[in-house]
Amino acid sequence: MNEKRASLGYDFIKGFIKENPTFALAVGMCPTLAVTTSLVNGFWMGIAVIFVLTFSNVFVSLLRKVIPDEIRVPIFIILIATPVVIVELVMKAYMPAMYNILGIFVPLIVVNCIILHRAESFAHKNPILNSVMDALGSGMAFTLNLMVIGAIREFLGTGQLAIGSLVFPKAPLFEPAVVMLTPPGGFITLGVLMALLNIVVARAGKRKQTESPRG
Amino acid sequence: MEVLGIILAGVLINNFVFMQYLGICPFLGVSKNLDMATGMSGAVIFVMTLASAVTAVLEQYVLKPMELEYLRTIAYILVIASFVQLVEIFMKKTLPGLYQALGIYLPLITTNCAVLGAAMLNVTKSYGVALSTLNGFAGALGWSLAIIIFAGIRERWKLMDIPATLDGFPLALISTGLMSLAFLGFSGLFSNLVK
Repeated sequence: MNEKRASLGYDFIKGFIKENPTFALAVGMCPTLAVTTSLVNGFWMGIAVIFVLTFSNVFVSLLRKVIPDEIRVPIFIILIATPVVIVELVMKAYMPAMYNILGIFVPLIVVNCIILHRAESFAHKNPILNSVMDALGSGMAFTLNLMVIGAIREFLGTGQLAIGSLVFPKAPLFEPAVVMLTPPGGFITLGVLMALLNIVVARAGKRKQTESPRG
Repeated sequence: MEVLGIILAGVLINNFVFMQYLGICPFLGVSKNLDMATGMSGAVIFVMTLASAVTAVLEQYVLKPMELEYLRTIAYILVIASFVQLVEIFMKKTLPGLYQALGIYLPLITTNCAVLGAAMLNVTKSYGVALSTLNGFAGALGWSLAIIIFAGIRERWKLMDIPATLDGFPLALISTGLMSLAFLGFSGLFSNLVK
């Protein structure tokens, strides 16, 4: 019992660091770059991905013993496309403004490599509860990544951060660099973030190396 | 004139990689050397042009008359996935030379979001079958231009001393960013031709 709980927790946590979709696996790059012009856009894209990922992981996991190996990818794609259509219709009905901003990247969740990657590498081989935890972990990590990138680009690009009607600070602190909101800004922000993360990882690795002979 | 506008927009002004963020995963993944990039470009041009045509036919003659537009996503991805499979089988039989050259890249294309993206963009722009096909072809041409230039740049990296923190994805993304900055210069060009 105890062991099982630990492994469920691990399946959730690993999405954030060891198998972080953006920074460790580099999957799902298109939406990561395209919708992160603001924090709120990133958040809603992330929510949509969490829903689709959980749905597809649950069904792939439930059907894992029935799906023939040779045609598993087309079956995965159908299992992924179904929740995507649900998200699309719900968003169109209740959040038309956000649906217009995210544009074709809502239907393109179908070909988002994160979802196929999780189905193929995890849900296809693991029981349902673990697959749910895996989906929630990866999905939330993805959402967090989008929100961080979105916040950086929004702040540098407009000089402000807006969450709903809450705008902080009231007036831009500096002359905004509009280029951060354009495609080049997205590529460069993500590149610099990855480089910074590499520095952190390298430092941590070095510390471990120097500590281990002693202890 | 519209034809010229669509080609210019697809290749330069609305370049799939640099301006619309479509097909980034294979763009970063398959650009390590020039030969692979050229092979992938061939496969993408072939599949994307024909997939745009097939989805446009599907839209015009099946989804629209039967008012099934809400099933567009699921219908398109199924058609594209089975189409890629079909192309693979067909090529293996009839064009073994081309199949040998493109073989390993073909299955990868199903998950290339540029293909589905092109089909979706054709719908939002409400192009007919002929213009959709042309738009798919122009977009694929632009994608190929991007990956071939980028593979050329990446080959030069081998001769350089790159700091360990930047090696791999960070440098790839930053160079893509700089190239995208260059392509930003095309926006507004031929504004009377390009919608």
